[in-house]
This record gives sequence, structure tokens and C-alpha cells, in this order.
Amino acid sequence: MNLFRYIVRRLLLIIPVMIGVSVLTFCLVYLVPGDPARLAAGPQATQAMYEQIREEFGLDDPLPVQYAHYVSGLVQGDWGDSILTRRPVLTDLAVYWPATLELVIVAMSIAILVGVPLGILSAVRADRLADHASRIISLLGVSMPAFWLAILMQLFFGLRLDWLPVSGRLPTLTPPPADITGLYLLDALLTGEWSTFGVALRHILLPAVTLSFASLATISRFTRASLLEVLNQDYVRTARAKGLVERSIVVRHALRNAFIPTLTMIGLSFGWSMGGSVLVETVFDWPGIGLYATNSALTLDFMPIMGIALLYGIVFSLINIAIDIAYGFLDPRVSHA
Amino acid sequence: MSSIGTSSSASTLLARPASVRRGLLSDETRRAIRKFRQSPLSLVGLGIVVLLVLVAIVGPFFVPYPNDASGAVHIKERLLPPSGAHWFGTDHVGRDILSRLVIGARTSLLAGVLVIVMAVIIGTVLGALAGYLGGWVETVIMRVTDVFLTIPDLILAMAFAAALGPGLTNVMIAVSLVWWPGYCRLARANVIALRNAQFAEAAASLGSSRRRILFRHILPNAFPTLLVKASMDVGFAVLTTAALGFIGLGTQPPTPDWGQMVSEGRKYLRDAWWYSTFPGIAILLTVIATNLLGDGIRDVLDPRTRKGR
Repeated sequence: MNLFRYIVRRLLLIIPVMIGVSVLTFCLVYLVPGDPARLAAGPQATQAMYEQIREEFGLDDPLPVQYAHYVSGLVQGDWGDSILTRRPVLTDLAVYWPATLELVIVAMSIAILVGVPLGILSAVRADRLADHASRIISLLGVSMPAFWLAILMQLFFGLRLDWLPVSGRLPTLTPPPADITGLYLLDALLTGEWSTFGVALRHILLPAVTLSFASLATISRFTRASLLEVLNQDYVRTARAKGLVERSIVVRHALRNAFIPTLTMIGLSFGWSMGGSVLVETVFDWPGIGLYATNSALTLDFMPIMGIALLYGIVFSLINIAIDIAYGFLDPRVSHA
Repeated sequence: MSSIGTSSSASTLLARPASVRRGLLSDETRRAIRKFRQSPLSLVGLGIVVLLVLVAIVGPFFVPYPNDASGAVHIKERLLPPSGAHWFGTDHVGRDILSRLVIGARTSLLAGVLVIVMAVIIGTVLGALAGYLGGWVETVIMRVTDVFLTIPDLILAMAFAAALGPGLTNVMIAVSLVWWPGYCRLARANVIALRNAQFAEAAASLGSSRRRILFRHILPNAFPTLLVKASMDVGFAVLTTAALGFIGLGTQPPTPDWGQMVSEGRKYLRDAWWYSTFPGIAILLTVIATNLLGDGIRDVLDPRTRKGR
């Protein structure tokens, strides 16, 4: 019951942050880019038309009134319209979000499944060959421009070797699986469409590996550092003195404690991956939020970008709550009271 | 300063004459240099960074085709592979990629450094005020950093860049507006740790104003930590500005920009691998080098890591 109350309290605490985010997007939309009424009216508009639009937009109202108007719109699901797609932003976000979510989940799974073992290997063999190799991978991972890595992947695995497709979620003529979650891999599994699952998996592989690289590097670096710290502690020495096998010391004693800082990093990486997906999706023509963001930014279409900022603000806050709850399971000392 | 106020404190008695100190480096500096030299990777980083800065400063005077950065077009020489005449090949309108890379180095490096300088200034001032004044000022400033940190960097930078309009200056402003919260939190933490330190109390009892104590006594002591973060961030600032250039929000053509060159090369991937590859290597090399250098500076300046990794 305590946990339930904790979750509710944390969810309520998102509200002030989101008010802050909405003030920020409001400022960007209404204050920075010149005169929105002039933009909307177009160059041929007469003064009377322009003034009518100002009136309609409520631009003559005091700023707090305009902000209140904006927020009441947001709450009622009016996140503005996209000039590019001519649809409400919220509709667009609902269409594009599953693609990004699927990409980020697969990428983060790769990052965790490879990054954590790599970090463990690196810590256990500190300052030996495996350690140096994994530290080089880490350095490359955090320094590599994701958009360039994406292009290299396309060049090598797509064009040279012709192993994997280099764009989109599915071939143009393949119908997507029945829409249950919007995640093609999951939907294909749920409906038992095995061939679609295979095709979708081949499509997601290159973008997901590309996107995972930076997170993988950070996660392995963090796992290494925190495991090294834990391995020097008294209780690990005690375990060694008792004559336990090294593997069981690392896995059962050290890793559990070392994993807490790593978990924080995993949460943060989730946020970075959502940001990084902009670049990866743009290169791989992945029809998600990232590609939508790029196309909107290039046409100076503001409302979608502000919508994405709001959406990602909410998602990131939720991830942070999830991570904090996970702490409690890993470390009984952390109390959610 | 005259020698009238001869102090009798132990430190002054122990200090060597000023003439000697001016000629030689202080113990502290020598210790730092020795520490830095112990790490070969930091030296590699420093070497590459020095080289890149040299290229950025004098390179443009020596490039084989200087006009290729200002709108020259040689359609007959388009998409030529790397050769003796064009070491890194040519692009889709026949411009020499090496020349454009070298000229672009100035923009890319300067952008990275300026972004960090702006972010450090904004963040430090706000963070110092928050930490020193406390109360509602602190609450407001820190809640604002929360808001900024809730939105992924790149999305927020795109939002600012789109609102300000495309162009390199606006991209730089956008990225620094995204990055100041990190410095703000760090500066605040430092100021809180230092505001009750003895030297701050001493300055207060000598009648210094609050502003003077904050900016002349506390902040200089917080500076090393901020410098460490800044040196580690420059590479990522280069990376982020390049990313915005890649998206198409940065420098407007024909001025060369590394990110934008990678993006243009994408259209000719099938026939001209060199077009995207070399600008990408330039970005990667810059980021790696600044990261290594930043790690080295951290090891020297940050007391927490002094005992070695």
C-alpha cells in the first residue's frame, strides 16, 4: 500500500514539472518567432484581415490569459495542428510514437544485454586486454556521431554486403500486422504472423544497433566503475576469505550492489535514446517521432516540436519514477514511504 | 604591492621570493603537469586538439582549393574519388572535400567552445545566485533547471533552433540554452559547500559586500570543478552542433559545416562513400580528442579522482 501511495505522489509531482515545460513551449511558440498572426495571415493579407486573426488568436489578451488559454487547450487534447501533415499534433504523435517506442526498446535491450556484461568483464579483468578493448569501445560509443554511424551501417551492411534493409519498418508492399500495440514485433508475435515478424526484425536491426551504441558505451562504463568500487569493499573480501568461487562473488554479492548506479544510467540513457532517435530515424527513414521532429523543424512547423517536447517530458518523468521504484526492489534499504 | 605590510603568517615566511616564483612554475603547476604527463591517452588527446586548433587557425591559408568554401562549382569534377589532386575526393558540385573540411574546422571548433562558454556563464551566474541567496530565488532557478532537464537535449535544442530560425549563431544559442542547467547545478552545489568556508567568513568580517564575497571569493574557488566539466563537454558540444547541422538547422550553404557535409553526402552514398566518411571522421576525431583531454584535465584538477582510476 505504501508503494501505491508513493507512486501516486510521484505521479502528482509530474504536474508542476509539466506546467514548467508548458510555460517553456508557450514562450517558444508565442514569444520568440515574431508575430504568429502575421505568419498565419500570409504576405497578401490586408490590415483588417491581420487584425481579425490577432483577435481570433487572442494575441491582444494579456500574456497570462494567453497562457491559460494555451494550457486549457493542451489539457483538452488540443496540441495545435501540424502545417506539414495537416493533422492535429496529438493525432500525429499517436501515429508515430509506437515506431519510436519500439526502436528505443530494442536499442535499450541491446545496450543493456551487451553493455552490462561488457562492463562486468572489464571490471573483473581490470587493466588487462579485455578491459582495454571494452574501454576503447566505450570511448568510441560516446564520441561517435550517431548520424554518421547510421550512414556507415547503411553503407556497409546495406549497400556493400546487402545483408539488411536500410530504411523503413517494413517493405512497402508488406502489410503491417494487426494493430494491437503498434509495435510491429510484438503485434506480429501476438497474432502469430511469423514471416512479418522476421521481416520487421530485419528492418529494425540496423537502426536499433546504431541507436544502442552510445547507451551501450555509457552503461558498460558505469557498470565497470561501480563494480570496481564494490569489489574493493570489505564484504567482498569476506566472501573471498570464505573461499567462495569468484563467479558467485561477482554475480551474487558484488553485482547486486553495483547495479544501482548503473540503473540510474539506464534511465538517463532511455531519455538520451529518445533524443538520439531523431538522428537515427532521419537516416533510416524510420517513421517515428524523430523523423517527424526533423521534418517539422526543417519546415519551421512549431507545434509538432513543442508537442514532442511535452510528450518526451512526460515519458522521461515516468521513466524516472519507474527507476526509483526499481531501486526499492534492488535495495531494501531504499524506502518509498 | 609595497613591502610595508610584511605579514608574519607562516605561509608568507615559507614562501620563496617573488623573483624565483615568477621564473619557475609553482609546485602546484609542476605537480599537475607531471600528473598529466603520466597518462599517455591524455597526451594523445592534447596532441590531437593542438593539431586541430592549428589546422583551424592556419589551415585555411594553405588549403589547395580555398574558393571551394565560398560557392565555387566545378561540375566536371563532381564526385571524384580520393586521388593525388583531391586527397579526400570531391563533392556533388566538384568541390574539394579536404579544403572544405579544413575551412569548416574553424566553424565547428569555435562553435563547440562558444557553446560551452555561453552555457558556463549562464549556468554559473544562475547557480551561484541560487546557492548563495537560497530562498525563493533558489527554488525558482532550480525548478527551471528541472524543466530543462526533463526534455531530451536534442529535442530541446531543435525547439530553440526552430523558434530562433536556422543559422549557426542561433544553433549555438540553442545548444547553450540546453546545456546551462548542468553548470547551474554544479555551481550551486559548489557555492553551497563554500559559502560557510572560513575564507568567506573572513571576507564578510572584513566588511566585503555579498556580491564581492560571491564573485571574488567563492566562485574562483569553485572554478576548477566547473572547468573540468567544461573541458569534458566541449567535444559533446561539437557533436550536438554537428547533429543540428546534419538535420539542416545549422550553417547555411555554401559555408562548410561538418555535420551538413555528412548530411549532403548521404544522398550520394551509393556512388561516393568518401563524401560522408571524411567529415564524419573529422567529427569523431575531434570528439575523441577533446574527451581524452577532458579526462586528463579531470584527473589533474578534480581532487576526488586524484588517487587514480
